[in-house]
Amino acid sequence: MRFGGVLAAFLLTAAPLQAAAPPPKPPANEDCLACHEDPSAKRANGSPVLVDRAAFAASVHGAAGASCVDCHQDLAKTADFPHPEKLASVDCASCHASEVADYEKSVHAAERGKSKASKAAWCTDCHGIHDIRPSKDPASRTNHFNLPTTCLKCHGNLAVVPGAGGPPVNQPALFHDSIHGRALEKSGLKFAPNCSNCHGAHAIRNPKTDAESSVYRTKIPATCGNCHEKILAEYSDSIHGTQLAKGNPKVPVCSDCHTAHAITAVTDVRRLAILHQCGGCHESSLATYRDTYHGQVNAMGFSRIATCADCHTAHQIHPAGDPRASVAPANRLGTCQKCHAGATANFSRYDPHANTHDKGRSRLLWATALFMKILLAGVFAFFGIHTVLWFPRSLKARAAEGRGGRRAGKGHGAP
Amino acid sequence: MTEKAPAADGRVWVRRFDRFDRSLHILLMASFLGLSLTGVPLLFSDRPWAAGLSRLFGGFRAAATLHRVFAAGMLLCFGSHLARLAKRLFGDKEYEILWGPSSLVPQPRDFMELVHHVRWFLGRGARPRFDRFTYWEKFDYWAVFWGMGIIGGSGLILWAPKFWARFLPGDLFNIALLIHGEEALLAVVFIFTIHFFNGHLRPEKFPMDTVIFTGVLPLEELKHERPSEYDRLVAEGGVERLASPAPTADRVFKSRIIGTIAVSLGLLLVAFTLIALLS
Repeated sequence: MRFGGVLAAFLLTAAPLQAAAPPPKPPANEDCLACHEDPSAKRANGSPVLVDRAAFAASVHGAAGASCVDCHQDLAKTADFPHPEKLASVDCASCHASEVADYEKSVHAAERGKSKASKAAWCTDCHGIHDIRPSKDPASRTNHFNLPTTCLKCHGNLAVVPGAGGPPVNQPALFHDSIHGRALEKSGLKFAPNCSNCHGAHAIRNPKTDAESSVYRTKIPATCGNCHEKILAEYSDSIHGTQLAKGNPKVPVCSDCHTAHAITAVTDVRRLAILHQCGGCHESSLATYRDTYHGQVNAMGFSRIATCADCHTAHQIHPAGDPRASVAPANRLGTCQKCHAGATANFSRYDPHANTHDKGRSRLLWATALFMKILLAGVFAFFGIHTVLWFPRSLKARAAEGRGGRRAGKGHGAP
Repeated sequence: MTEKAPAADGRVWVRRFDRFDRSLHILLMASFLGLSLTGVPLLFSDRPWAAGLSRLFGGFRAAATLHRVFAAGMLLCFGSHLARLAKRLFGDKEYEILWGPSSLVPQPRDFMELVHHVRWFLGRGARPRFDRFTYWEKFDYWAVFWGMGIIGGSGLILWAPKFWARFLPGDLFNIALLIHGEEALLAVVFIFTIHFFNGHLRPEKFPMDTVIFTGVLPLEELKHERPSEYDRLVAEGGVERLASPAPTADRVFKSRIIGTIAVSLGLLLVAFTLIALLS
């Protein structure tokens, strides 16, 4: 063989057109397509080996003049055709090293690492195989506007990606109807976010467990703030934002109020829903709100009435004692006047969270409530007993005397 | 207006309430029902029926506007009653409305009648000999009078908070809101249970007493229910003065319709209210 090789090298340099073969020349794309364009060419299991010439030509690799063996590197040295069915995996990292390095940090890679049978995505699941187009191409699977559809092939299918322990709601699928999804897919806004704007492209980390994830709980404000810059500044300054920075795990981040994927504009439905989101932690504030006109009207499903954020603001929330708070004594009147034009300083002394059980908050209100309770209990106790005693006697009287005592007059023997 | 003392059925009818009294009761009843139906939903705003009732009136804004319309009706009621009282007192010098058997002012005999009435309930004595107004009727009257002041006063404050806030501290609206709601609850439950029972639904009156709508009742009924007043009228020759024609079948029919609607609406609302309160 060694001798043959030397001979072949000699022959190749001396007479290139000589037909003798070894060492093998890497097959040209046309050579591959000789078989791979034949629809009748099948694997042992009957699946076709077809490669779409046009799709490859239109792909980013085809357009760049890449040859089949650039990716299928083990075939570059093969002379035996048809080659064995089982080939080495294509290693995208040979060209795309940094992307693959990022991918290795992802939840997708971690899932695949756990089990060979994992359906977690890797390069081709998102990018395609022979028809990979550059993201700039509107037909690309990873085009800015197409990415949600690509991700939702798996994440919109509970059979592939079951809910993370919670109720079987297909959270990512809600994206289509969210304000982001509509802006992206219906309005075609290039600055509307798709999945990767929040989750990253290759280094998609587990948001629940990986503190490096761009959507890990504490990272969410910064991620949303990439676009919502002014809101991030307001939030960071607020009691919620400062507490988050101090490591308080209970404070709300963006997604607690806005949800992660079903984000909508501030509609009437949202205005009602916010009460339960704020009220989830601020339980007593929700209870006292419900006792006042604002809360009563709201509870009947009418949203055009002050709810939490109307007085406390949505993002610049400070404790009432903080002079920056919209409900601080100095700012309260202005806050009331947002709805109650012409309100006076006296007006703003109304307590929208009055609590009849809280003696310390207002002694007068507490005492009034107690008086009313005693009055109601007294009246109903008295007349309740009165009625209960009267009823059987009245039944007897009706039986004996007739309605309105009409039969009583005749005998005149009223008891 | 044919004047015949013994009516077709052979009974003598006497007038108990004049046209003014009857109109006042109709206006009071209509405005009270309207105020209840538009106001009570707020007190039980977490119940599905509250939202439904509010939507029935066209949403909370429309319901609030209607509430004020009914409130104006009730204020008209209260105002005209006060005006008539003033006329009877200062114009006609009817001082007997201030004290005595035909006055609504509570008097020692009312307490005695209550005691005797309860004894009668228990089978330990004769029925008290009531006069023109029984103690429970006086309670009804003064409860409404007090309610007018409390609910009406707090309601007027809540009607125009920005105006009142020029003179009064804002905490007052919290107080006003509380007593408006609590007192209204008292009024609604009281009227639609106790007043209905005392006036209409108790077996001796069942299904209803139409005297407040027709204004007249048979003399024998007066004699049975209010013997003291009957004796007084006989002594004063008042029977002839108050003798009236029997109510026409048409008027009785209309009275029953109006009464049935009012009682039904009231009972329906109080049923919802009591279920909400007790659950």
